[in-house]
Amino acid sequence: MMQIMEGSHAVALAVKVARPNVVAAYPITPQTHIVEDISQLIADGDLAAEYVKVESEHSAMSVCIGASATGARTYTATTSQGLALMHEVLFNAAGMRLPIVMTVANRALSAPLNIWNDHQDSISERDSGWIQVYAEDNTEASDMTVQAYKIAEDNRTSIPMMVCMDGYTLTHTYEPIDVLEQDLVDSFLPPYQPIDVLDVDDPKSFGMFADPNYYTEFRFQNHKALEDAETVMTEVSAEFGEIFGRDYGGLIETYRCDDAEYVAVALGSVVGTLKDTVDDLRAQGERVGAIKVRSYRPFPVAEIQSALTGVEAVGVLDRNVSLGFEGALFTDIKASLYGSKSTPNMYGFIAGLGGRDVTKRTFMKMFKKMQTSKAVEESEFSDLKPELLEEV
Amino acid sequence: MENRGETRPLDLFSSGHRACAGCGPALTIQAILRATGAKVFVVSATGCMEVVSSQYPQSAWNVPWIHSLFENSAAVASGIEVALKVLGRSDDGKVVVIAGDGGTVDIGMQAISGMFERGHDICYICYDNEAYMNTGNQRSGSTPYDASTTTSPAGAKSFGNDRPKKDMPAIAAAHGIPYVATTSVGYPKDLTTKVQKGISVDGPAYLQIHAPCNIGWGFDSAKTIEIARLAVETGLWAMYEIVDGKLTNVMKVSKSKPVEEYLKQQRRFAHLFKMPGGEAQIKIIQDKASANVDRLRVIAEEESR
Ligand SMILES: Cc1ncc(C[n+]2csc(CCOP(=O)(O)OP(=O)(O)O)c2C)c(N)n1
Ligand SMILES: [Mg+2]
Repeated sequence: MMQIMEGSHAVALAVKVARPNVVAAYPITPQTHIVEDISQLIADGDLAAEYVKVESEHSAMSVCIGASATGARTYTATTSQGLALMHEVLFNAAGMRLPIVMTVANRALSAPLNIWNDHQDSISERDSGWIQVYAEDNTEASDMTVQAYKIAEDNRTSIPMMVCMDGYTLTHTYEPIDVLEQDLVDSFLPPYQPIDVLDVDDPKSFGMFADPNYYTEFRFQNHKALEDAETVMTEVSAEFGEIFGRDYGGLIETYRCDDAEYVAVALGSVVGTLKDTVDDLRAQGERVGAIKVRSYRPFPVAEIQSALTGVEAVGVLDRNVSLGFEGALFTDIKASLYGSKSTPNMYGFIAGLGGRDVTKRTFMKMFKKMQTSKAVEESEFSDLKPELLEEV
Repeated sequence: MENRGETRPLDLFSSGHRACAGCGPALTIQAILRATGAKVFVVSATGCMEVVSSQYPQSAWNVPWIHSLFENSAAVASGIEVALKVLGRSDDGKVVVIAGDGGTVDIGMQAISGMFERGHDICYICYDNEAYMNTGNQRSGSTPYDASTTTSPAGAKSFGNDRPKKDMPAIAAAHGIPYVATTSVGYPKDLTTKVQKGISVDGPAYLQIHAPCNIGWGFDSAKTIEIARLAVETGLWAMYEIVDGKLTNVMKVSKSKPVEEYLKQQRRFAHLFKMPGGEAQIKIIQDKASANVDRLRVIAEEESR
């Protein structure tokens, strides 16, 4: 059923139909509407979950760990400072292979304090062992929330998953949403059936310490699970497509790339603007295309290679920066194409930090540089205002 | 596990763990689990007892057990308790946290406060060996006055730890939880009773169990129980309960021993007997112990009236 609603509400409704047993969360802008809506769903008796009103995000994730190890389906949501505060707990949840699902309402990190959107928070948790997907719109954020449980709980993966959605741009924006129906979701997502749980009749030890004789093997298995998640994610998407009519395909989405010479790559909601820009340029006869990276971890190396081999130039938009180097997605795209037959020229564009708008003009500028630059490879802050540098 | 013909049933915290000979906390955990029986879910914080008991692929725990991090045990336990409730498994057993003093009174304080305030049905037990022992005997908020540790060393300009022990039981009680108690590994019967009360109360309970560390404190490994008892007999460790906010069941120390008897047996206080000014420091410690004994004696006498 199509309904116009706020992105946060769409996610709350998706959480509801996924039937989590335990929700633990701490409020932080712009995640607040999600957890407020979930609180109301519980208060109204529409969601039979326990909401643990924790005193911090560190405890939110820790409650999820305890509950998940006991066999409960768990949910949390956070962003920015809250995600950073969870840092050590994220690694712990992944290492214990607990399929916790979390929404990240992407926001910049302090200092300076900034409540607006970029991807620095989740990108900085890249190596935590969590699956990370980025939604382009609110329907995708809603759909991926339900898919996340199926992906995370699959025995081949058994790892936690974060669904990233742009703060404000998605969380606070009203769009038509195809609201997921409970009976269809029930047929798609079976109840959580973990292999190992805390049980007095079959006592097991969780979270043991591993010396150098064993540690590497645990890490390797965690790594392997993330790699295997690629298959699981594609399968789950296809199954979701059969039931709900929306199959997101693999871990990337290519847009008008078939004969493209210049391709721009991005994560998240700006992809909509990017696609519009591609349409405009195509109308002028330019052979341009776009790639939406849906999954940042696992990183779809093979898909990137097959989509970008043979193009003239690639431009990567990063709403994050690995300070002292370049945008994180840019690094990964370059690494994926290293050694391919005819490596395209590659340009990194850091833009849209702390809520600065990314517009068609941003992408026009990117394509222009791809088409005209003599450099083989270069990274820049593309929406920098040099006149402000004296002032700040 | 193979039965080797022993008559005593297998301990729920089994022998063969890697704790040092004479370890007070290991004896404490053995006693805790003898008191609880097998129907418990144990959450351990990072620290000595977690490390000695859970080196993959061997575990000393014959109860469902989880370790996550250093400071989040109370939150992990909250998750287990809530999950048992929603899954209709609350009758399976009680959730018990077993954490060191550092994981409790310092870095874990926030999560514990949250757990108390939310009213989870969890028994939180702190084994108090009065320093961060796992990392090599650094000072914690629970280290006593004048103890020399690796981060509060005695020296020409220092008598060791210059702050008194944090009163965590009072902080726990201030949350209005139904049961708070202190006890000692030197008094297994008292310990057993209090653990059993702690797990049978409905709602959060807090227990702090004094548990000497022979390596960190510097005494002979055969004397753990003796040292534990001396702490009580000198008035330096008080044993009581706070039930529904009321201090009660105070263990009477009728003729308290001088603190020297406790201090002189431990390397962490050895400097007090050698340094100029040491005597005055011992007097400060004695005065604190005496005040403690007097205060508790008054309460105990009021109770017995
Ligand atoms: C966040 C964090 N900080 C520091 C440490 C290092 N660390 C591990 S155990 C420990 C001390 C534990 O002390 P306590 O809780 O008193 O237990 P004990 O080892 O004395 O039994 C420390 C400081 C850690 N694991 N995690
Ligand atoms: Mg300690």
